[in-house]
Amino acid sequence: MTTPILRVQELKKIFSRSGREGFAAVDGVSFDVGGGECVGLIGESGSGKSTVANLVARLLDPTGGRIYLEGNDVTAADVRAVCRTVQMVFQSPRESFDPRRTLGDGVGESLRNAGQSAAEARAAVAELFEAVGLSPDFASRYPHEVSGGQCQRAAIARAIAIGPKLLICDEATSALDVTVQADIVALLSRLIRARAMACLFICHDLALAQGFCDRLLVMREGKIVEAGAADEVIQSPKTEYTKMLLDSIL
Amino acid sequence: MTAPESMTRKRSGGRTRLFLFGAAALLVVAGAFFSESLCPYDPYLQNLGAALEPPTAAHIFGTDRYGRDLCSRVIVGSRASIFSTLALVAVITSFGTALGLFCGWARGRADTFLMRVSDLCLAFPCLVFALAVAGVLGGGLHNAVLALAAISWPKYARIARSQTLAVRETDYLKAARLAGCSAARLAVRHILPNIAGPILVTAVLDIGTMMMELAGLSFLGLGAKPPMAEWGSMMSEVRGLLQTVPWAVFAPGLAIFAAVLVFNLLGDAVRDELDPKMKGR
Amino acid sequence: MNGVEELLRYDRVSVGYGSIPVVHDVSFALRAGEILGIVGASGSGKSTLLKAAMGLLGPGGAVSSGELRYKGQNLPDLSEEEMRRISGAELAMIFQDTGASFCPIRTVGAQLYEAVSAHEALSEAEFRETTTALLQKLRLDDAARILESYPFELSGGMMQRVGIAAAMLLNPSVLLADEPTSALDVSAQKRAVEEMLLIRELCHTAIIIVTHNIGVVRRMADRVVVMKEGRVVESGDALDVLERPTQAYTKKLMAAVPKLRRGA
Repeated sequence: MTTPILRVQELKKIFSRSGREGFAAVDGVSFDVGGGECVGLIGESGSGKSTVANLVARLLDPTGGRIYLEGNDVTAADVRAVCRTVQMVFQSPRESFDPRRTLGDGVGESLRNAGQSAAEARAAVAELFEAVGLSPDFASRYPHEVSGGQCQRAAIARAIAIGPKLLICDEATSALDVTVQADIVALLSRLIRARAMACLFICHDLALAQGFCDRLLVMREGKIVEAGAADEVIQSPKTEYTKMLLDSIL
Repeated sequence: MTAPESMTRKRSGGRTRLFLFGAAALLVVAGAFFSESLCPYDPYLQNLGAALEPPTAAHIFGTDRYGRDLCSRVIVGSRASIFSTLALVAVITSFGTALGLFCGWARGRADTFLMRVSDLCLAFPCLVFALAVAGVLGGGLHNAVLALAAISWPKYARIARSQTLAVRETDYLKAARLAGCSAARLAVRHILPNIAGPILVTAVLDIGTMMMELAGLSFLGLGAKPPMAEWGSMMSEVRGLLQTVPWAVFAPGLAIFAAVLVFNLLGDAVRDELDPKMKGR
Repeated sequence: MNGVEELLRYDRVSVGYGSIPVVHDVSFALRAGEILGIVGASGSGKSTLLKAAMGLLGPGGAVSSGELRYKGQNLPDLSEEEMRRISGAELAMIFQDTGASFCPIRTVGAQLYEAVSAHEALSEAEFRETTTALLQKLRLDDAARILESYPFELSGGMMQRVGIAAAMLLNPSVLLADEPTSALDVSAQKRAVEEMLLIRELCHTAIIIVTHNIGVVRRMADRVVVMKEGRVVESGDALDVLERPTQAYTKKLMAAVPKLRRGA
């Protein structure tokens, strides 16, 4: 068996406030994401989904447990050590770009940091914009000058720029209108397949998650309460919580 | 949604004010810079025969008790007042901002320690501290500036720290970290530009305040030493004669008033331009 | 449909902010006891329609042409005083984030009492009695605890349900709901939708629900208006519009909604 892209073991994150007992946002979570696999992390707000994403991307330090990327223990690694392997697309497209810098600047930043020259990065950014269905002249625009959908396309371009093996989508389509959402989901699934990336897809929309993911993990209060193939979890849920979530869908 | 017409009009009015007061402030600074060639008489030339003359066509502000031309002394005094103030504000702004940014980014023990130090400075009465500095290092304008700088930076450190704490939680900063930015690059290219607005506004508004504080210290004899022309010390020199020769106090007082007013109006205009809370109002 | 009273009628309404038009020539009517859904993408002008009725368009916003009649009177013509009498008591509005409209340092009960006593003279004891009865009727159990709580002590979903119930305290004949479920989790969403359905059933209140969530509209609305870029694209019976859309935009909208494959 090949090494999974991502392996998470007994991951734990306790947010402590001075003088008060800590709150376990993630409480002993274990799962794998294999190469080219798309795993959905679903659950209600506050269930700890986004915290898992931030821990895996090394934007937060775990309180306990282990994180392995391609077999390497990165539990204590710096974000700069993992950012060539893991990239992230955030929920709110506009807020994920520095308001004072152009989209092109933001998309090309990882390439510049990796040592590319300004000209090389500019050419690469133009190609990336094309790959996500934006005209290259969007590179000179500011985040507030484009629509939410266009901005999210740029955010996806930024995430794939460095060629990561694992793409984390943290509610990447939740803030968008349904028609735009459908376009972005189609773009994501095309890119993931074309670039052979694995994907951790965080989402509270069960229908969307079922359509997009191979496997689903259902989170509740920091724990994974159910895991399985997407259709299996949706069509024959085993836990009461998953059943309740499914029953709530209007 | 696009801003309705009335708002755009109001905003462009703010722009005009910014340019107007900016130009006025620039004029004051330029005047201070070229002060020596601007004054009609030698500001340090004593003429005891013409002491304490009331304003005349030759001496429009009159003369002081050594017969020195007050108009020339006010003009030359602008150099000490304005440049020390600008230097002071520049120093506390950059030092406070750098420290606040570091604290907001690093957090933990260093942050706690530095913030307690800043609390200590904020709790210290400015005058008492200036007295102590004057006692240890001796008086003089430089030491007055030093004393003020030593206890005025915490305001900037606090603003920079709280803004940095807010920015470090934003998605765009997370994205920049994921782009592999070094800490220095994050600070300079992503955090600083996004926290600069409120700091700049505070700094410009502080110019007036600091000018008053410096003049106050000089008035008390803790700042500029005679015969150096400085507005605060000029007022102090003649304070006993307020009832008999009011013009001698009036001239530097007017200069302080006008300079502080110009910088405060500029500060307001900058705030209206930059403060996000004032936008769209 | 003759014989059914029209409560609220939008007649060729256009709304603009300054010289920028955001709603063009929109007409529809809300009948007594009916739930009307308005769907569309963000920026389509759907919320603007509700704000126009409540006089909440904000600086520079105005109804530039057309009439917006509530029981015969044109709402934009009313004086501030007349509007104050109608809003809350006859036309009530709820928003996406009701929790944020409560003051954080006073209890929910105190704030509701204040709002009600602006319209009706009643003692605090009477208020507690009627409010507790209403909350229980809407299946918000533990009404006493809710009234004594501070807003931050209740969950977002609970605050939204309290907000919806609060809008019903003065028994308005029309409830205007602007994205009332968009900030909620699926389970809270379902409870809020059920609460609004219960309101219609028990109080016979007519409801306009503005949302981008097709599922919410499908569950609640009798009739649907589809908006795009400030214009009505399609309107009619909810089932017709949602299941058999005739316009290309509505078809695209319906196709874009992710659907659960339940199998079996």
